[in-house]
Amino acid sequence: MKEFVLIFRLNNQTELKTTPEQIQERMNWLAGIAAQNKLADKGNTLSNESAKTVHADNVVTDGPYTEIKEFISGYVIVKTETIDEAVELAKANPIFKMGGNIEVREILQRK
Amino acid sequence: MKSADEKLNHVLPQLFRLEYTKMTAVLCRHFGLKQLEIAEDIVSETFLKATETWNSKGLPENPTAWLYTVAKNKTKDYLKRTSIFENRVKEAINEDAFQPASDFDFSKETITDSQLAMIFAVCSPANSKEAQICLALQILCGFSVDEIAAAFLSNAETIKKRLLRARTALRKNYFEISQLEKPAVTARLDTVLRTLYLLFNEGYFSKFNNQLIRKDLCSEAMRLTLLLTENPLTDSRQADALLALMCYQSSRFHARSDDTGETILYDQQDKTLWNQELIERGHHYLVNACSGEQISKYHLEAGIAYWHTTTTAPDKWQHIFDLYNQLILIEYSPMTALNRTFAFAKVYGTEVAIKEAENLGLEKNSYYHALLGYLYSETAVQKAIFHYQQAISLTKSKAEKRTLSRAITSLERSIPSI
Repeated sequence: MKEFVLIFRLNNQTELKTTPEQIQERMNWLAGIAAQNKLADKGNTLSNESAKTVHADNVVTDGPYTEIKEFISGYVIVKTETIDEAVELAKANPIFKMGGNIEVREILQRK
Repeated sequence: MKSADEKLNHVLPQLFRLEYTKMTAVLCRHFGLKQLEIAEDIVSETFLKATETWNSKGLPENPTAWLYTVAKNKTKDYLKRTSIFENRVKEAINEDAFQPASDFDFSKETITDSQLAMIFAVCSPANSKEAQICLALQILCGFSVDEIAAAFLSNAETIKKRLLRARTALRKNYFEISQLEKPAVTARLDTVLRTLYLLFNEGYFSKFNNQLIRKDLCSEAMRLTLLLTENPLTDSRQADALLALMCYQSSRFHARSDDTGETILYDQQDKTLWNQELIERGHHYLVNACSGEQISKYHLEAGIAYWHTTTTAPDKWQHIFDLYNQLILIEYSPMTALNRTFAFAKVYGTEVAIKEAENLGLEKNSYYHALLGYLYSETAVQKAIFHYQQAISLTKSKAEKRTLSRAITSLERSIPSI
């Protein structure tokens, strides 16, 4: 079994206030993965307010890194046999309704 | 004369079940865990003597007090005999574990404290989960090897071996049983709660058909959990939550199976048979459980069981589903995954629930097929029958096979004749 981190990204123009329906949808998605016994770590949401980006030469900017007009909003770690399986799990996430995207990356354990 | 015999035949097994484990716990606390066998021998001899004496002289006025007195005398005799050995040999071999204390009693308080200590002794990390439950059944609940084997759908020889190994591990574990102290309680409380939880489930969900033993398992688990909640040292919000869960579940004990032991599904149960008193006890412990910060899996399961006791709340299944969502994130189990999907169907309908179910990857689980059988019943009768048949071939329980066959029969009746 391999582990993959699903990295959630949202466009920095997106309205961040979530409705109870959106919270329910996310929860259903997450628990649905757990119900398949494929959840390695339920991950966390990454704060948008308490965020700074550290650059070279002691340059620190406020907020998350948004050079690409997107920011990382959270992550979840799943365990599946293949990356395609992890991609299938990601496809069912409601983030796409908000114009977000999910990056899937295999975790390579540090020796 | 015959009626006296009958009375004795009735009283002795009952006394044995009630008093054997109590007396063993008290003596064991006195002797230390290493001498568990000695404690058991003394109690067994006491019951042997009771059988002989009561058969010839009739039942004493207070049989329990009689048993305690005899056990106490036998213990004193034993200590007298061993002290000779002790005094002569002890210094030479420098044995430290054995301290024949001067006096002890069988007061209610001593019994409770001893049993509580025994729960923590039995739940030793040196043993596997299964072994802990076996030990708990034998040492705390007074079950015979045959009864344990029946409860585990195993044979007596396997159980005997498992118990032997577990007891050896227990002896080597050096757990101090005489005085229960906070560090030991903290370290073992999780294991203790899990053992009691599994003990209860063994009775409540087991495929074993003997209703009497199943009910015994449940009430023993509840009795021991109650002991935990009544002692300030072992009381915890999780213990409250676990007890609430047990109260809610057992409130449906009479409603969930018929006279022949066949399961009656939740939807078809006669709700007037639900035990209101137990439901109210459940409320009491659930409120206690929620006075802390922590939410354990027992809290979530008690919450789910609470919603099952309500019949009219319109958003009941939504609440149940949300709790299952949280539960599955805390701990995966196939049963939780399947129950969550059932609740999912109640909230979002069977069509999406089928997709959710088919993702679970539990093709070898009979309940998985029973669930799909249920979900397909309205839309695809042939598929439903197929899954029910799969479930029948996978389950070992006869009662379950009958329940599933009945579902197939009623589905077949609904098909227009070919």
